[in-house]
Amino acid sequence: MKILIVGGGMGGTILANNLARRLSNEMRSGKARITLLSASERHMYQPGLLYLAVGRMTPDELYRDQASLLEQGIDFQVDPVEEFRLDRNEVKTKSGKIHGYDVIAIATGSRPTPEEIPGLAENAELFYTEETAVKMFNRLRSFEGGKVVVAMGVPHKCPMAPLEITFMLYDYFKQRGILDKVKLHYTYPIGRVHSLENVAKWAAPEMDRLGISYETLFNLKEVDGAKKVVKSEEGSETDYDMLISIPAHRGMEVIEKNGLGQRGWIPTHRNHLSMEGRDNVFVLGDTTNLPISKAGSTAHFEAETLGENIAAMVKLGAPVREYDGKVFCFIEAGLDRATYAMFDYNNPPQPKPPTKAVHWFKLAYNKLYWASARGLL
Amino acid sequence: MSKRRTIDARGSFCPGPLMELIAGMKMAEVGEEIEILSTDKGSASEIPEWIHKVKHEHVGTEEKDGVWHVLVKKTH
Repeated sequence: MKILIVGGGMGGTILANNLARRLSNEMRSGKARITLLSASERHMYQPGLLYLAVGRMTPDELYRDQASLLEQGIDFQVDPVEEFRLDRNEVKTKSGKIHGYDVIAIATGSRPTPEEIPGLAENAELFYTEETAVKMFNRLRSFEGGKVVVAMGVPHKCPMAPLEITFMLYDYFKQRGILDKVKLHYTYPIGRVHSLENVAKWAAPEMDRLGISYETLFNLKEVDGAKKVVKSEEGSETDYDMLISIPAHRGMEVIEKNGLGQRGWIPTHRNHLSMEGRDNVFVLGDTTNLPISKAGSTAHFEAETLGENIAAMVKLGAPVREYDGKVFCFIEAGLDRATYAMFDYNNPPQPKPPTKAVHWFKLAYNKLYWASARGLL
Repeated sequence: MSKRRTIDARGSFCPGPLMELIAGMKMAEVGEEIEILSTDKGSASEIPEWIHKVKHEHVGTEEKDGVWHVLVKKTH
């Protein structure tokens, strides 16, 4: 069986390694072949960007060579797909190669699109790319005080990031000794300070305690850089001295160009993780249109489900388990304390009060991630 | 009859049904109806609240077997 994985982010990498372990005998005997196609020879630890923006990680810590993360026997090629020919079970890559497959898994991820909001890319500090996170780090260092507004687009990757950056900035300004000159103002698109009701119930009083003001039902509409004002779809506006934004995301352009899903999100079965209407096309990570968090842990748990299922298709002729919507997210509540949320389609999270121990575990995970990508954790 | 799309947000705790609708609005055409399926009874009030605030149209809400079907129309 020819298994083709498109995308070398967390989902694609874990899936490739998971399958290579499960199918080692079949790969040796030639019954199974795993090919991973990626747009980059490097693998980025994306959650590290949050820490980079506040000077807690450096750019070199975010990367490893993709090949060094992969199990032996995986055919890894830096050659992104340009055409998905699903009716013919093949793809065409940038170099012009044609790859046929029996099963394909699409894990191409998502991209921030600040350019969709007038004035946002030019006037906001962003931290979803290395370049913008370094720029934000330097802007924060030179900031001497004023009103800092946090605003976000929908949908966005890492739903905890809005709260995390807000609480981390509070501690950052406190450590710099300028907290008394800073006014932090948090905005959020729905009617509470976080999607997860139990997280919102913890975070709102925490913001009250720290003197962080907030406005809910605030969806970014436009930014007037000359007047330093950000306006919402709901008709309100707020002034700022520094605007920090988590922009809306879209799936990758190649998904849109090939007509696989509007705005780059592929319609996906919530339990089977198959593309709607296709039995041999699977989707994982940010690329799905599922109503769950676009987060590394989502891709991780989906990859484990798919690894078991695709291996079972090779060995038994059919998949054996369903994805239950499991997500696990750390929540940094400052620079020295954290909590977490774990939930699935049927069980809401019950977050506990933040502790230093969970924060330390998160810092450890920032290093352990590479073991996770290898499929060892 | 208006064009209609369905957003299946059952079991969505994060980002949640309203956030799914806000994202879905970007994909809909003016005049299109969107039906949100939610297992969170809070959707029955929070979705119409947002819809009124951003001046789209709340067509109706119905509960069937523990699933709230909230129908809205994109008006601009």
